[in-house]
Amino acid sequence: MANLRIRDLVKTYDKTQVLHSINLDIDDGEFVVLVGPSGCGKSTTLRLVAGLEEVSNGTIEIAGRVVNNLEPKDRDIAMVFQNYAIYPHMTVRKNIGFGLRSSKASKAEKDKRLESVAELLGMTEYLDRKPSQLSGGQRQRVAIGRAMVRDPAVFLFDEPLSNLDAQLRTQMRLEIKKLHQRVGSTIVFVTHDQVEAMTMADRIVIMKDGDIHQIGTPAEVYHKPANIFVAQFIGAPSMNMIPGRVTGDGTIELATGGGLAFERSLPEGREIILGIRPEDLHPGQASGVIEGSVNVREPLGHETLIYVGTSNGDVIAKADGRTPPEIGETVQLGADPENLHIFDAATGEALA
Amino acid sequence: MATAEDLQVKPKADVLLQTGPSRPPRNMGQIIRFLLLFAGGILMVMPIAFMISTSLKWPHEVYNLNFIPDEPTIENYIYVLEDGRFYWWFLNSLIIAVITTICSVIFDSLVGYTLCKFRFPGRYIVFIAILSTLMIPTEMLVIPWYLMSQQFGWLDTYWGIMFPGLMTAFGTFLMKQFFETVPDDFIEAARIDGLNELQIWWTVAMPLVRPALAALAIFVFLGNWTAFIWPLIVTNSVEMYTLPVGLSSFGDEADVAWELIMTGAAISTIPTLIVFLIFQRFIIRGVVMAGLKG
Repeated sequence: MANLRIRDLVKTYDKTQVLHSINLDIDDGEFVVLVGPSGCGKSTTLRLVAGLEEVSNGTIEIAGRVVNNLEPKDRDIAMVFQNYAIYPHMTVRKNIGFGLRSSKASKAEKDKRLESVAELLGMTEYLDRKPSQLSGGQRQRVAIGRAMVRDPAVFLFDEPLSNLDAQLRTQMRLEIKKLHQRVGSTIVFVTHDQVEAMTMADRIVIMKDGDIHQIGTPAEVYHKPANIFVAQFIGAPSMNMIPGRVTGDGTIELATGGGLAFERSLPEGREIILGIRPEDLHPGQASGVIEGSVNVREPLGHETLIYVGTSNGDVIAKADGRTPPEIGETVQLGADPENLHIFDAATGEALA
Repeated sequence: MATAEDLQVKPKADVLLQTGPSRPPRNMGQIIRFLLLFAGGILMVMPIAFMISTSLKWPHEVYNLNFIPDEPTIENYIYVLEDGRFYWWFLNSLIIAVITTICSVIFDSLVGYTLCKFRFPGRYIVFIAILSTLMIPTEMLVIPWYLMSQQFGWLDTYWGIMFPGLMTAFGTFLMKQFFETVPDDFIEAARIDGLNELQIWWTVAMPLVRPALAALAIFVFLGNWTAFIWPLIVTNSVEMYTLPVGLSSFGDEADVAWELIMTGAAISTIPTLIVFLIFQRFIIRGVVMAGLKG
């Protein structure tokens, strides 16, 4: 186990800079998830840490040692790949033991370590099977086992759950989290799935276009998003964004019509974007912030998502699952002032 | 990824219900296809059948094109096998074909792997340069090969016969294309696990392209086993002849002993059949494995 320090990390391919001066501190035993849309640089960051790509500028430190010029095998890391990368021509035993090939431990010690990892992952009875005889989840466990057996300072996971079906993904998510609690290793986990990020991480790093937009605990990035991108990326369905302007009496005039009293003081005339999560918009309130007619309903059982048409496009709200408003019905949507998010219209950054 | 259950063949209902003998072809198209395949099969088998037929004939019957010899004999086989030169030629061909096959499989896959998995300046140019040699016919190459062999003192030696085939452009191309199918994640995972590049090539990449290696081994072995022009040019002494060259020397200027040539050819097909049977197994297994990877 060890900490990981990334300082001013830059990666350039030819003339294209894909990472712009990334700074990140990961503590010993922390589970950090890098999340963002495709092309945001999260996998590149992970590959730079692994030593699979050359650093263009900046430094990467693992356990206080700069590893920029070290080969992947000398960095004391282990990586689990998206498509598992378990060798189809080797048995589970050989696949897991593959990580110990370069170890100087005795054969008995290697066997012992292999068996204990297999037991921890519940793979003991499959040790002599080939990957083709395993299910997707079991293959993923083999890949994790191969990483674990080396007892590395830092575990790197590159979208390891992407190839699994929804049910198995939920199960493996839980297993990886339990594993982390039991082993206590430092883990850097890359995903594009914000649900994975929220459920697994101690801290989430949200990236876009080669920049880090916010680093924080799941609660922080959800409740206090740093900007519009983070606000919309985290949470499903996405946060509603409604343009508005601060008026002379301190209220906000919304593009959807109507005004909104707001406690925080903002300069008059300032263009803002009001962010409201669908779960914070309550239909049926007499003095709602937004008024519109229900265009679409998406019943989810315990709740129903309603798409309310306004002069500024559809706004999504969550309604009761049993008695949702009818399609075409005009509804008033209300929100508590403390659940509103105000962003600067020009920069997209959170205000106040 | 597909599991073993996914791959189980589920018979169609109409197949399960079918209890009588196999069904007749349904339409004219199917009959024509069967006939064409049958004709193709005959076309492939006929030369082999005639080779065996001729090997069982007496010299006076060779130019009689009847398929079944009037007086079948195994005298030709006895003559060829009692002729000590045949064993020499057989051994020469075997040594040359085996060594060339091993070298070609190793070197072609090494070069193919390098061109496929490493990024270095000029990689594309090197690949095109190797490929472009495929456009030069062997007949044009034998003169420079001969001059080279002469200068290095390789004439009438195993090395002289073998050196042009130790690495082939076709094999390099074939292997490069197959290595493209090996995901980079496998290579990178092995790199993180501490293997050096040569170990990765041998332990991880090579087993994953076994079907291609088997195909290449068959091609190279057959090519060298049946090679005629170059061994004919580079060898002088009868002891250094390969089988095709040796067999062509049966007979004299006035007459060609076709029955002996066909006898030798019939015997010489045995190793090629063995090689094919051995490596065909790997090709089939490889196809099955590729199907399971998903």
